[in-house]
Amino acid sequence: MLPVSLVRLSFAEPGRGFTFGYISDSHIQHIRDDKFVRSWDQGLKRAVAEANLLDPRPDFFVFGGDLAHLGTRAELDHGAEMLGALHGKLYMVMGEHDYYLDMGDYWRKLYGDDYYSFDHKGVHFVVLNSILTYDDWNRRWDTPGRRMQEMALLDNPNGSPFMVGERQREWMRKDLDSQDKDTPIVVFSHSPLQKIYRGWNFWTEDADEVQKMLAPFRESNVIYGHVHQIQYNQIGNIAFTSVMSTAWPWPYPESYALAESHLPILTVPMNRADPSNERDATGWQFMNMHSGRIDTTFNLGANQNRRVAWNERHRRPEDTRYQDKDARTPPQDHF
Amino acid sequence: MRGPRRKTISNQERKMRTLALLFCLIGAVAVAADEFTREDMERWQEQYQRVAQKGRQLWTSGDLGSNGVACAQCHPNAANTHPETYPKFQQQLGRVADLWEMVNWCIRNPLEGEALSADDPKMIAIVSYIHSERKGVPLAPGKH
Repeated sequence: MLPVSLVRLSFAEPGRGFTFGYISDSHIQHIRDDKFVRSWDQGLKRAVAEANLLDPRPDFFVFGGDLAHLGTRAELDHGAEMLGALHGKLYMVMGEHDYYLDMGDYWRKLYGDDYYSFDHKGVHFVVLNSILTYDDWNRRWDTPGRRMQEMALLDNPNGSPFMVGERQREWMRKDLDSQDKDTPIVVFSHSPLQKIYRGWNFWTEDADEVQKMLAPFRESNVIYGHVHQIQYNQIGNIAFTSVMSTAWPWPYPESYALAESHLPILTVPMNRADPSNERDATGWQFMNMHSGRIDTTFNLGANQNRRVAWNERHRRPEDTRYQDKDARTPPQDHF
Repeated sequence: MRGPRRKTISNQERKMRTLALLFCLIGAVAVAADEFTREDMERWQEQYQRVAQKGRQLWTSGDLGSNGVACAQCHPNAANTHPETYPKFQQQLGRVADLWEMVNWCIRNPLEGEALSADDPKMIAIVSYIHSERKGVPLAPGKH
């Protein structure tokens, strides 16, 4: 680890910040034989092609989980083939659609551990598998395929909440113990490490306990997938930013009128999708890490790009264009 | 002269009798239509719920189209379908359209399937399900 003074110094130098790319939730879906759902394939291919055009090159890429839709080898292999065209170092996050068929076995065979940490230019990165759930639920289903189908159904009343779990939290506690409290921390998870809407698992059951571990650090950041929409929030010193799906957008929980949800009030939503453009409200992210915080550019294929950047004066992430209530546009109004 | 006269009277009587009978029948039908019991209401509600439940099955199944994609993949709890805003102008159709036409749009495009007719029991079930998830939201036809 770099000495603290050097870290601060390095961030003070404009040349020492760094960038990384973030692609997520591609949901590669097998039909039969060599047929896959065309639109989801196109989303991932397009993200990889666009990310390969970045100049200067980002230091690395992250894939935020749900590479497959129903966790089969065919889907994971086909997804891995398309992701393999990406130029650069790639870090992988486990999603529930990759996991619940074989409890992550094939995914781990392709990509290794589903939770780990690494250091890069003075920043400590922690990757979690946040989509675990209760053992009782895992054992409840006749077949692995059925278990996968049940977890794949977002609004399933027979579903089960995601969690990081005790074993991983204990590992994380030890991992973070060795870090200086001035070291910027970035956590990558699939599910939001905050509680937004349990009915769709926009939720992690033990989010509060994970947040407690991040609280002592001067600068903590959480990047998560799963929600297929723009969300950002600030809880204490922890900045949260979601990423988009390359496959399809999800409604904001508030648009389900029969249930209560808690979208962070800071969030200016993405545009409501135009269904006639199959890439609308899908995309990938370009992230600029500076001063221990992250600015996120959402590359939205068929929409104007959005930029959510750290506002040092307000000490929270804000949209650089639409944050003000008067600046918002009609498509950002969800109902 | 007597003959036809008698016949006229008898015709009038017949008409009167028929009318009386008709009034009786109409009266009987009207009484039956006005009155229904709690049991009737429960039965009708159950009929609706059963169709909406069938709609939920179609909504969450990958069998509606040809590529395994389900409506629920983009629309959990049928959210973002806005049934209360129909009929409304649809840009991709270039005219005012009803909800079932947009259901078909989705069946044809993301689901790569065959459109259903408006009165297909599957379509009725799907529309029933969409509305069941949107109870209590005020009608807002034409809204965007």
